[in-house]
Amino acid sequence: MSEHLDRMREISGAMNQGSPQARALGFETVSMDHGVAVLRVPYDAKLIGDPDTGVVAGGVVTTLLDHCCGQAVHTAIDNFKFIATLDLRIDYMRAAEPGKDIFARAHCFKVTRNVAFVRAVAYDNDPDDPVASATAAFMLDSSKGKRAGANFKRPKAAS
Amino acid sequence: MSDSAEQLTALLERIPYARFLGVRAELAGDEMTAILPFSDHLIGNPTLPAIHGGVLGAFMEMTALIQLSIKEGQARQPRVIDVSIEYLRSGRPLTTYARAQIKKVGRRIANVHVEAWQEQRDAPIAALRGHFLVTPTDEAVELPLA
Repeated sequence: MSEHLDRMREISGAMNQGSPQARALGFETVSMDHGVAVLRVPYDAKLIGDPDTGVVAGGVVTTLLDHCCGQAVHTAIDNFKFIATLDLRIDYMRAAEPGKDIFARAHCFKVTRNVAFVRAVAYDNDPDDPVASATAAFMLDSSKGKRAGANFKRPKAAS
Repeated sequence: MSDSAEQLTALLERIPYARFLGVRAELAGDEMTAILPFSDHLIGNPTLPAIHGGVLGAFMEMTALIQLSIKEGQARQPRVIDVSIEYLRSGRPLTTYARAQIKKVGRRIANVHVEAWQEQRDAPIAALRGHFLVTPTDEAVELPLA
């Protein structure tokens, strides 16, 4: 059990503090279990998308959902692998309430050899009254054969 | 700088999240190219390093919203109903560009496609298709950018 908790802590540490964009947005993991992750982004004036209402930009919810889905995938696979979003579909139900933190809960419900499938919702007060919902697919082992710093170099040919 | 270019810059300046990402834009007639200069805080995967997928999604969403305001003149900021994002290539630590194509604007709904690229326009790194709730107006509003 403690081994499990250690691994969960390792994942949230690597993904929240280890990712500059997650750090810049202030992402925190609220809870994690096998295949499930709950994340929070604190309300911040710098993230406002509509200055007339103070509503946080939809893009922040997009990034939160993508990140939360990715974290759920990490809890669902046995060993650490690099993963990459293949496809992300988001439905926006309503504007988030200004001044409120936004949460996301993602469930990775299927892992195959190459792909993981995830569903998620974003909400401010109640998961049953969502701000947005998402469906995502992730490639597993997406950095296979790539070394650290690979993206500093131009990829071979235009493929 | 033309009037519409100045209005576009003013619009981006007014949106805190656009400043957070560092989004800029250029106009060629009524077609906008959104520009996202690389910055360390945009990184999602620090090992490669690669730009966060959420940032690319957010950038393309913003491109669609602003292009709609430019082309249609909106009484209110258009609202996103849904987006479907396709990730094609890793976002390298370089400037990213995006352009939106408005496929259709009805009385309430607009269908928009966006593509984002870096060094090569014909090798896009991500694409977005989205539906937006619009409130077009015939009268001049704050944003008749074109």
